Amino acid sequence: MTATPSETGPAGRVVVLAGGLSHERDVSLRSGRRLAEAMRSHGIEVEQRDVDAGLLPALAAQPPACVIPVLHGESGEDGAIREVLELLDLPYVGSRPAACRVAFDKPVAKSVVARAGVATPDSVALPHEIFRELGATAVMEALVRRLGLPLMVKPARGGSALGASVVHDAAALPGAMVSAFAYGPVALVERFVTGVEVAVGVLDDGEEPWALPAVGIEPDGGFYDYTARYTAGSTRFSVPAKLDDDVARACAEAAVTAHTALGLRDLSRTDLIIDDAGTVWFLEVNSAPGMTETSTVPLAAQAAGLDLGEVCGRLVRRAIARCAPADPPA
Amino acid sequence: MVDRPTLGHVTRDVQPGSSTRLDHYVDRYAARTRGMTASEIRALFSVASRPEVVSLAGGMPNISGLPLDVVGDAIGDLVQEQGTVAMQYGSGQGVPELREQICSVMALEGIEAHPDDVVVTVGSQQAVDLVTRIFCDPGDVVICEAPSYVGALGVFRAYECDIVHAEMDADGLVPEALRQAILATKAAGKTIKFLYTIPNYHNPAGVSMSAERRPEILEICREADILVLEDNPYGLLGFDREPHRALRADEAEGVIYLGSFSKTFAPGFRVGWALAPHAVREKLVLAQESATLCPPQFSQMAVSSYLARHDWQGQIKQFREMYRERRDAMVEALSDLMPAACQWNVPDGGFYVWLTLPPGIDAKLMLPRAVTARVAYVPGTAFFADGFGTSSMRLSYCYPSPERIREGVRRLAGVLEEEMELRETFGTLTDPAPDRRAVPRSDYDSPSTDLT
Repeated sequence: MTATPSETGPAGRVVVLAGGLSHERDVSLRSGRRLAEAMRSHGIEVEQRDVDAGLLPALAAQPPACVIPVLHGESGEDGAIREVLELLDLPYVGSRPAACRVAFDKPVAKSVVARAGVATPDSVALPHEIFRELGATAVMEALVRRLGLPLMVKPARGGSALGASVVHDAAALPGAMVSAFAYGPVALVERFVTGVEVAVGVLDDGEEPWALPAVGIEPDGGFYDYTARYTAGSTRFSVPAKLDDDVARACAEAAVTAHTALGLRDLSRTDLIIDDAGTVWFLEVNSAPGMTETSTVPLAAQAAGLDLGEVCGRLVRRAIARCAPADPPA
Repeated sequence: MVDRPTLGHVTRDVQPGSSTRLDHYVDRYAARTRGMTASEIRALFSVASRPEVVSLAGGMPNISGLPLDVVGDAIGDLVQEQGTVAMQYGSGQGVPELREQICSVMALEGIEAHPDDVVVTVGSQQAVDLVTRIFCDPGDVVICEAPSYVGALGVFRAYECDIVHAEMDADGLVPEALRQAILATKAAGKTIKFLYTIPNYHNPAGVSMSAERRPEILEICREADILVLEDNPYGLLGFDREPHRALRADEAEGVIYLGSFSKTFAPGFRVGWALAPHAVREKLVLAQESATLCPPQFSQMAVSSYLARHDWQGQIKQFREMYRERRDAMVEALSDLMPAACQWNVPDGGFYVWLTLPPGIDAKLMLPRAVTARVAYVPGTAFFADGFGTSSMRLSYCYPSPERIREGVRRLAGVLEEEMELRETFGTLTDPAPDRRAVPRSDYDSPSTDLT
């Protein structure tokens, strides 16, 4: 069913899954196109497919050597599509479903990473029902009392800063809650840490995971929202981030710790903030990091002297090798 | 293989890089590109293109009833018999035979025109662009209905015009609102270049300017010496009556009339036109030559051949009946399913229903929830240049089947109930009321081209 595993030879036909029905469909399509191009430039046969009713018959009719899910948001990063790929015994690049489920849920991921010793801003995750049952005013007053201002409010699950906002004034909190709840039933309210925002990719292509150079993020408008993320020119990226060596090392260690503690595989991206005291704060992790023209992982790979297509090829061969009969999946 | 840096030393093992904005030209773009950015709303419309989603957002005409055999034969013969002409450059003004046929089309709305005064354009969208190009300097004012067509607002912004809205009601543009807009603009020392109006089956408002109001609107503009840009893509798609008499039919010098085959035939040919007073027409032709050299010869000849060979009026009748069935499905579903506090108009032609939500509900903020529920619409703010329209949305009934329309409305009603519940929880705490927060905006929260 699958190609012969090889460390150096051609990987065989790779299916890149991109699109889907999540709010991040457009980002996923862009990521998929970028990855597919990068791999084709290395002579890898790539087919890009959407996730729809035609997918499974197509995979059955012509099983690929490997699948790369580049689906962001629901079903892509919550582990669902990977469960199905495992059902089909298809090798795939990326983390296993259980790890994805944990990583995709920001409050759960924060507690796992905090237990592993990485600082993460105080936060509270609440479903919208609790506000109705207890009275929104009382709950929000308690939130502000406990966490202070400013606050970061975002959906507990989801990415690309969709539904996320910074609240500087308690009067703006209700609106921020409504925006977050438009994207999902649970909102994460987090103490906002002022500092240097960095993204650290972790590559797991050898014996142990290692961190790509941290990418510093300075959005023109001060907030790395959807527009700042996907409009070329509206954010300044420093590659590698301008950090002291010890801070850079702490960022790398935090990202690798998050990757390991969450049981992630192959590739992840951890978003961090470094405050004025030099403390590195974990914000969230992505098991299917963006690969668009304005995403940070490709920038970091390039800064590390890596070619995106070559990295993908290596991860594909590892995925195939994992599924080889002599080496059953973990 | 790449040498793997040791954990913890990665930043020392790579070449120190400088910062980048990922766009080498970021400091060189014209001011008019401000607002040309990625947006959450546009991202959500990407999901709306999936078949699982009932899209009540797009304004794509439903052309499934077209006689493809007739069109195919016409195009085949065109290539066989006149291929070297059809595939050659042509006149900047457009193919003469087509311009004569366009005059026959406009005659249905009472317009007496000469083909010499017609300029063929790449859809009427390009006609809006060319008219704005020849009339407007940055800062000039265009008066638009409130709400107005999102594609026209985009053009006016691109030419750095100031957009002033004038209120509409069930009879279209309100004369007194137009007077006030003119007075206020002139009092502010600004120059009004034209009134942009969609008098028939308005996009997005769904209403038509009443016959009684048309002379009054023309008189106001005549008195104030304001040119009227009459955009009329839906005029022949009325469900219950003969076509409205065009503004241009009663005012030849003060009106530029724009028409299109996108809704009465097919949008893929991209053939529209402008009918303009002689001197204006001369400038439009020069502007057209500058923009495209000539409108696509092949498309024009294909449309011309279709008009000559086919009962195109009979085809429009079929379109009207199909759209009427869809309108009925939407209005019935809205009556059956939507919360009582919602209001909407019942259009008697065209593609759109304009729906106003209960107080405090923000259609744009609700869109992610709708997309999760697999239904899409266009938030009302897309149709205003000043941030108004938060509590409204445009619903299109033109493309989905009646069954899908009902299903879409069912989903939308569920979404709205959830949102109302959320607003009930937080609503009294979110103020000021959205429509009082209106601010000028420059972003483009419109559906992408495959949905418009």
